[in-house]
Amino acid sequence: MRCDFADSLLQGYFDGELSGRKSAELERHLRHCDHCATELVDLDLLRDRLQLAQLYEPATPSLRWKVNARLHTVAPTTAASQPRLWHWLAAAAALLSVAILLWRVGRGPRGDNYQAELAGEIVDAHVHSLQPGQMNGIASNDERVVEGWLEGRARFAILVRNFANDGFELKGGRVDVIEGHAVAVLVYERNGRPINIFIWPTRERDSPPRTGSRQSFRWLDWRKGKKEFCAVSDVDPVDLERLHQLIESSA
Amino acid sequence: MNEFDAEDRLRFEQLVLPHVDAAFNLARWLLRSRADAEDVAQEALLRSYRFFRGFHGGDARAWLLQIVRNTCYTWLEKNRPMELSMEFDEELHLQTCATPETLAIAGDDRKRLTLALETLPPRFREILVLRELEGCSYKEIAAITAIPIGTVMSSLSRARRQLHSALTNSSQGARP
Repeated sequence: MRCDFADSLLQGYFDGELSGRKSAELERHLRHCDHCATELVDLDLLRDRLQLAQLYEPATPSLRWKVNARLHTVAPTTAASQPRLWHWLAAAAALLSVAILLWRVGRGPRGDNYQAELAGEIVDAHVHSLQPGQMNGIASNDERVVEGWLEGRARFAILVRNFANDGFELKGGRVDVIEGHAVAVLVYERNGRPINIFIWPTRERDSPPRTGSRQSFRWLDWRKGKKEFCAVSDVDPVDLERLHQLIESSA
Repeated sequence: MNEFDAEDRLRFEQLVLPHVDAAFNLARWLLRSRADAEDVAQEALLRSYRFFRGFHGGDARAWLLQIVRNTCYTWLEKNRPMELSMEFDEELHLQTCATPETLAIAGDDRKRLTLALETLPPRFREILVLRELEGCSYKEIAAITAIPIGTVMSSLSRARRQLHSALTNSSQGARP
């Protein structure tokens, strides 16, 4: 039988992660709860056993060797060609991008060129995300898990819904950079093909979807509730519109 | 430009490379294979080197392990997607994988623990590896696995209980 009161607190106590006040509270509880006292002994035994078994597996010599050898051939970052001055300019660049954003917002509705440029960057980001090892985010079909993960990173709230019943399965989320801004990305799958939805805050009014294509990908962009959404995929254009409607109606 | 590259490499060697063991260990347990772990850890280390300018100080081990973890999950998704979906059905998972038979054939305790740990869903396995083998704090685990600290605590609780019951099954199975 478990003791629900102390179940996860006991873990924190055992791992030395509780505050003094919480620790004292748990110690008082331990005096009366045989179950927790026994559980604590079990935790201790389990840890001893794990330690004794020496399960830690250090890197193989060949891994070290290979990594060291490759470090001399791989370019440090994609920004490798930029001088280190970049670091000093980071603050200035941040200010500048805010200024650009405000300028754009102030400019009112955007022209088609701008839309095309932005869509181009987004399609590029979509293609980039399809390459192996590029999923730097969370892979989960759990709405709350993805929502929670994005919440800590995107700095604006995003409603995450899995539309698996409608044939759009939630695969996860990640954060990407478009025009120097962090944007949230929701990843769905339709008939085995990925759909990325890029989301970022906007000050502009709601707008109906606009669509276009670039390379072999189609994008669909709309604004709703001070957020801009851009869905990209190589699925049937009808599917993008369908997903747009699902998102709109779930909000 | 070369001196900048050399400086970056030196910083990388000083800050990140000391954690190659941690990278390999996490990959080995997530992928349950030393050979796959070597490939995936290598990929993750090279990725971390490419992204190194995005690292602005702080906990280099947690930063690296986050990349290792993501690389492992991407790899699993591609190569063994079943393993990732297993975790949604823990009960079934325990029944089918941690049978007394499979665990009982493990002779010594190290093998028995290894098998028991490997039957846990990846998300529980990684949290135990980070805590018990890597000695990470809850805060570090939260950063690496991108879950809130409260969830770290409750996941550890479930992970330890599952490991415990997997081991109990095995010792019962070992009895004649």
